[in-house]
Amino acid sequence: MSAFSRRRFLRSAGALAALGTVPGFLGRALAAAEGASGKTLVLLFLRGGADGLSIVPPVGDLAYRAARPTLALAPPGKDGGAIRLDDVFALHPALSPLLPLWSEGTLGIVHAAGLPGATRSHFDAQDFCESGTPGRKSTADGWLNRAVQRATGPDGAFRVVAVQPTLPRMLVGDAPAVAMSSLGQFRLPGGAAAGTAFDALYAQAVDTALRTTGMETFEALREAGSARLARLSPANGAEYGNAPIARRLQDVARLIRSGVGLQVAVTDMGGWDTHVGEGSEKGQLASRLAELGGALAALARDLGARWADTRVVVMTEFGRTARENGNRGTDHGTASVMLVLGGGVRGGRVVGGYRGLARSELFEERDLAIGTDVRSVLWEAVRGQLAVRDASTVFPGFSPGSPVLG
Amino acid sequence: MAETERVERPSLALAPDPGVARRSRDQSPAPSSLLGLSRDSGAIFRSTHSVSAMTLVLLVGCATASSGGGAPPPAEARPRVGDPLRLPTVAWSAEEQAVHVLNRLAYGPSPADLRALESMGAPAWIAWQLRPADIDDAAVEKRLADFPSLSMSSAELVARYPRAKKVAEARGISMEGKSPEAVRAELLRVVEPYQLPRQVGAELVAARLIRATESQRQLQEQLVDFWFNHFNVSADKGAVRWMVSPYEREAIRPHLFGSFRALLGAVAHHPAMLFYLDNWTSTREGFSLPKRGRLGLNENYARELLELHTLGVDGGYTQEDVREVARCFTGWGIRKPNEEGTFEFHPQAHDRGSKRVLGVEIPAGGGIEDGERVLDLLASHPSTARFIARKLAQKFVMDVPPPSLVDRVAQVFLRTGGDLTATYRALLESPEFWSDAARAAKVKTPLEFTVSAVRVLGGTTAGDVPLVQALTRMGQPLYRAQPPTGWPEAAQPWVNPGALVARIDFGLKLASGRLTGTEVPLPAAAGAPEEVVDRTAEAILHRPLGDGTRATVLAALGASEVMPDGERRPVDGAKLVGLLLGAPEFQNQ
Repeated sequence: MSAFSRRRFLRSAGALAALGTVPGFLGRALAAAEGASGKTLVLLFLRGGADGLSIVPPVGDLAYRAARPTLALAPPGKDGGAIRLDDVFALHPALSPLLPLWSEGTLGIVHAAGLPGATRSHFDAQDFCESGTPGRKSTADGWLNRAVQRATGPDGAFRVVAVQPTLPRMLVGDAPAVAMSSLGQFRLPGGAAAGTAFDALYAQAVDTALRTTGMETFEALREAGSARLARLSPANGAEYGNAPIARRLQDVARLIRSGVGLQVAVTDMGGWDTHVGEGSEKGQLASRLAELGGALAALARDLGARWADTRVVVMTEFGRTARENGNRGTDHGTASVMLVLGGGVRGGRVVGGYRGLARSELFEERDLAIGTDVRSVLWEAVRGQLAVRDASTVFPGFSPGSPVLG
Repeated sequence: MAETERVERPSLALAPDPGVARRSRDQSPAPSSLLGLSRDSGAIFRSTHSVSAMTLVLLVGCATASSGGGAPPPAEARPRVGDPLRLPTVAWSAEEQAVHVLNRLAYGPSPADLRALESMGAPAWIAWQLRPADIDDAAVEKRLADFPSLSMSSAELVARYPRAKKVAEARGISMEGKSPEAVRAELLRVVEPYQLPRQVGAELVAARLIRATESQRQLQEQLVDFWFNHFNVSADKGAVRWMVSPYEREAIRPHLFGSFRALLGAVAHHPAMLFYLDNWTSTREGFSLPKRGRLGLNENYARELLELHTLGVDGGYTQEDVREVARCFTGWGIRKPNEEGTFEFHPQAHDRGSKRVLGVEIPAGGGIEDGERVLDLLASHPSTARFIARKLAQKFVMDVPPPSLVDRVAQVFLRTGGDLTATYRALLESPEFWSDAARAAKVKTPLEFTVSAVRVLGGTTAGDVPLVQALTRMGQPLYRAQPPTGWPEAAQPWVNPGALVARIDFGLKLASGRLTGTEVPLPAAAGAPEEVVDRTAEAILHRPLGDGTRATVLAALGASEVMPDGERRPVDGAKLVGLLLGAPEFQNQ
């Protein structure tokens, strides 16, 4: 609530100073002078429960091949084999576009990440991952919104953006956030003329909330239009391709590169619920990973120098069973992998407390056990990118332990 | 989690309200014609309106004989029916009153409802709306007959709209090695889209939109919104997709005007809630089943029952109470959730030990009645009265209602044993409801915004995909609110740039006829631009435009431009309506 009032105050102060005609870049320069970091946090949610044991297969774990007779990836060096990362872990070959990031140390992997009090329901597990309060259903807002409320940052409509049709649960709350299917769709029918008229109508609104939100909205629309944000071409020869996740991350890159003050971006990707015919080096999961890997690599390249100020966290609601099922797939499990990319990541390593797939080590004798609380990784990203100090305001009841990848 | 001290145990014996009984006896004989009554009460209301110092005490009987709603219930069962609505002094014009009442108790003014309300007067119209069974709604009911799923049980829905995977198996379609999209594409070659489970949700959403737009029972529809949201379940969670339509029909709609205890009980027994909050998996500690292994206590329903359904987070319960309540509800389950989906009590899974809930001993050896006893305790608890009163005041009066109003309404709730109609009445008779501070004080939810836009133009909707998508873009995909808190009641989360663009976009599309399945007639745009703008603004906003806004609208219409033939440019009616629907004045109610 207090952050929201602060925003209102800043907004009206700015409006008084310049009668609503202050150009966006000036406002942002002011915000920057106030100590905004210029850093961006990008959160990518893989919905459906992505199989960490195929994404970063533990090829050095003797129990791995036994648990997955048809799904196990071939060892590094074999035809279609996984890509060696260390003595235990390898990367799914479809993620080979990420290898340069791994080598330069801007990709770190947390294996065996999960939320305590596991549930194997997609609905509940996603809910807890997004509310940030596992076991507690009635939390009305999302952890990332709470984080934004406590952060200082640029004060504009593009500060918090979800590139997906509706605002995800993790962004619901008092801090304003925009959801858009794509930048190309963030516009009014009727173009600039309609924008001008509505701008004037909202500038005269009696309702304060509507007036301030209106001012932000029309400034953002002008910016998006005048900078032709939606048509900004990739830089540095980055090639996104046509996968939906690639188009979404390209929009994220556009918002970062154009300097509109993007502090938090969220998007998601479906198709990870691989109960049947999951595939190995080729197949259902491999196709998804190729899209994901290509999109992330393009984002890193496109951002160029700004990659250092960006952190991308890739997460999912739960992992999948250690053993494959009778349909050459896997069922809902517990721990999975998280990918953390970008500047400030001490990457090039797999961390997280992986305990192995030996029956005695499995959770409830079926799932990879949790080695790292998902919130530790998220909190590290929030602290690093949003400069929030107190973890309990973002994740009530949670105290972060030692650094994971920071 | 609130770990505050327990509040005192409430008295369960409630003295009947002598005032209520007296008013019932004093009730004047019901007039035989609703129309006659309307004219009478309207006349009384208008004539006394000018004497603004006087408190209006109107006797409003509601006739049933000519309204086509069937026989009235026996007087003993609904003692408050037909009681006069006692309004405070209101210094507003009849139109202002009508607009306020329709903005809050209906989905905004439609031309027809505005006329009806102005001629009946607010007290008579509200009394009429408080008895929806007596309101003829045949036209809407006829339209809903197009949606067969609305009247089916969960079992029928599962059988008629089976999971895609099941259809594939039955049709011998192999899903191995295929992406979900590929499987779906293949399925759609053998079955029609309307045979898949999503159709159940589509019909329910369409029905809600049609009812909100066109039902005569407007207050009922607003209350469906309120109570469904209060007892939220999400169609996105597993088998709930087949239970959500029966849930609204069986648990919510029949109890909107009855007792809170009946509503609470219907919800507690309903498979949709038992599934959504996992109570169907909750058993006594140590219980195990051959196929599912060891089971145990699941506190989810118990916690939300206390925090969200009854006492409220600061209602004076402890974590120990949550656990004890959960024990009371062990065994409240579902018979074959993915096939039959009916309530079933499993005595062998029930914890038969003694429990202590809010200081009250529940003796050992009980069965299903343990849960009923908890519901009794909660429904009559003063914290519940306050919590419900506050939420209702927030919905119908203002986002932050005055504590004095909440207290007064809570007292009525307690005194009447949770009689919801009496509670609504107390709220609607309050000076706060009729205060200037309450007028246009709330931001419309996306549902209220879209439906009120269609209604204000006298339009009609089939509840088709484009309207549903517009709601989703504004942040309110119906029946899919994820958390048990439901959609927010206060304005803040609804006002953000993405949602605002979606609202403006919707208004422009609706006005230009580009929202397939939803149609609105445009007001006549003939005449001088100033006249057209004033007339249209009055029809849509029900108040004159401010000078600045008026000039902005005229400029946006190019009203000052002169055509080559010397005539002034005619007003683009669609553009004008789009501007007004997207204007800040139309976002408030």
